Amino acid sequence: MSDPSIPLPPVEKARSPLSEAWEMFRRNHSAMAGLVILTFIVLGAIFGPMLYPTDPFDMVWAPFSPPGEEGYLLGTDYLGRDLMAQIIHGARVTLIIGLSAAIVTIVIGVTIGALAGFYRGWVEEVLMRITEFFQVLPTLLFSMVIVALFGATLPMITFAIGIVSWTAVARITRAEFLRIRELEYVTASRAAGAPSGKLMFKVILPNAAPPIIVQSALMVGSAILFEAGLSFLGLTDPNIVSWGQIIGSNRQYILESGYTVTIPGLAIFVTVLAISLVGDGLNDALNPKLRQR
Amino acid sequence: MSDALLEARNLSVRFPVRARGWGKKAYLTAVDDVSFTVKKGQTLAIVGESGSGKTTAALAIARLVAGETTGEVLLDGRDIVPLTGEQLKDMRRRVQVIFQDPYSSLNPRARVEDIVREPLDNLTDKPEAEKRQIVDQLFEAVGLRPEQKRLFPHQFSGGQRQRIGIARALSTRPEVIICDEAVSALDVAVQAQILNLLRRLQKDFGLTYLFISHDLGVVQHMCDSVAVMYMGKVVEHADRMDLFNNPLHPYTTALLSAVPSVDPTLRENARRILIPGDPPDPFNLPKGCRFVSRCPVAQAGCHDAAPPLEDKGGPHRVACHLVGAEAQSPLGVDAAARA
Repeated sequence: MSDPSIPLPPVEKARSPLSEAWEMFRRNHSAMAGLVILTFIVLGAIFGPMLYPTDPFDMVWAPFSPPGEEGYLLGTDYLGRDLMAQIIHGARVTLIIGLSAAIVTIVIGVTIGALAGFYRGWVEEVLMRITEFFQVLPTLLFSMVIVALFGATLPMITFAIGIVSWTAVARITRAEFLRIRELEYVTASRAAGAPSGKLMFKVILPNAAPPIIVQSALMVGSAILFEAGLSFLGLTDPNIVSWGQIIGSNRQYILESGYTVTIPGLAIFVTVLAISLVGDGLNDALNPKLRQR
Repeated sequence: MSDALLEARNLSVRFPVRARGWGKKAYLTAVDDVSFTVKKGQTLAIVGESGSGKTTAALAIARLVAGETTGEVLLDGRDIVPLTGEQLKDMRRRVQVIFQDPYSSLNPRARVEDIVREPLDNLTDKPEAEKRQIVDQLFEAVGLRPEQKRLFPHQFSGGQRQRIGIARALSTRPEVIICDEAVSALDVAVQAQILNLLRRLQKDFGLTYLFISHDLGVVQHMCDSVAVMYMGKVVEHADRMDLFNNPLHPYTTALLSAVPSVDPTLRENARRILIPGDPPDPFNLPKGCRFVSRCPVAQAGCHDAAPPLEDKGGPHRVACHLVGAEAQSPLGVDAAARA
């Protein structure tokens, strides 16, 4: 077909859609800033307790010692516990709750959304009615009931957050499945003999992933806020420090020693902000309509 | 003359659509009692305007429509409409599809080698090494370089993408390939390349094509016989030469008169037959001939009864009340009288 004397141009490198998305993401300054902050927080949560081994439950000094004085960088709380140690040790719990609640959300939401969007008909009717039922529940109240009934353990709190927030993921997943199942490459896979399971999770889901990934990233942030809300109301495991729990336990002293509430609040704020920046960056990077702008 | 490899008998496809009011179900009949045959090693074109049901008919043959399919589709004399499980797999091995739009028919998140070998993975149990070998051979056969197989679809041009789609359709060594408007999304120069590739592959692999198109120029280039569809019905089914030289149905005649010609003398002599108006509402089809509302020679009788698809000599079949046994176009006679 081609003249062998003319050298063929070199084959370009395989560029997966994901590697292109990373290119896009890297050019987004605020998203990269968010990623750097988030990396710092995650590393702090993992290695911080080893570098700063003070037990967050130990009474180390007099209560309400302001930040910077008496040798405690962030001061002490109403029981004289080191606030710095609490923040560092609490980061782990806070992030784990945020992450695992988001995972619960994705597992439930994607499964229900995928089945509804793929099979249509009565399956969709039933699943979407269930989704709507969960959507109209007052979220905080419902999770409070779950935690109050089944105990304020870490897995139960995670589950309580996950069970009230999966509906958004389910709706997004369903919408994407409805759109993609009509595309020609899905029909092509069907013609190539792909069974339903393969069509759903190997063909459609990877193409439906971008908005789900974005939603999930933002879900980590809102799960952290949710946990803070539950902790603030005292619905938390008292044997575990989390940022929300620090705020909750110090809330009576907000007027005299505001820093005991402000500092963990700031930690939550910065973390959620970083996650949101990353989520927005992912949205831009994964949304093909914004590409090549 | 070779035998029919693929035959549709009284094939109908209808889609349930929600009607106004509760509990009522209305149906949209996209393909209505259609019959045609494709001979082994030959190409049958199905032509028609948008909404004529040609793509639905083709996808029904490949068992890819969600609607209710009735009638028979015979592959080598065996009805494939009721097949399930292993038998359906076997049928899919033998009947493959090349899709219309090369930009949407390839999974953007899969490497092209995985796209090409997908039918092999799902439909055959060949050993890994053999699959890899087949993919390499196919890349060569469709004019792509084996080094390109690790790339993703968006790194290819439209023509190259369609070559990938062709390689995929060929991977299980099918007997029948359904080309659903396989070149209409490509520009003219690339169209020619792909058409020539399809013809070469037909010869090399002994393929039988069912070629769906609205482009009569392409059809003339590619096909042995042609079926013309209008509003879900086949109105004319004939050999290529027969149909292009002596179109009988008024719709076919009008369609052929609309093909632009590069030959100036032909252009001078050509009389454009215009068909006014729009196709009828598919939910409210006329009782008689479906073409009656736009037919330039319609008569009173055409409104009452739908014309059957009748043999008018040779393998030339047409569904029109006005075509007599002498197989002359009602429009042609009319034109001759005026001249």
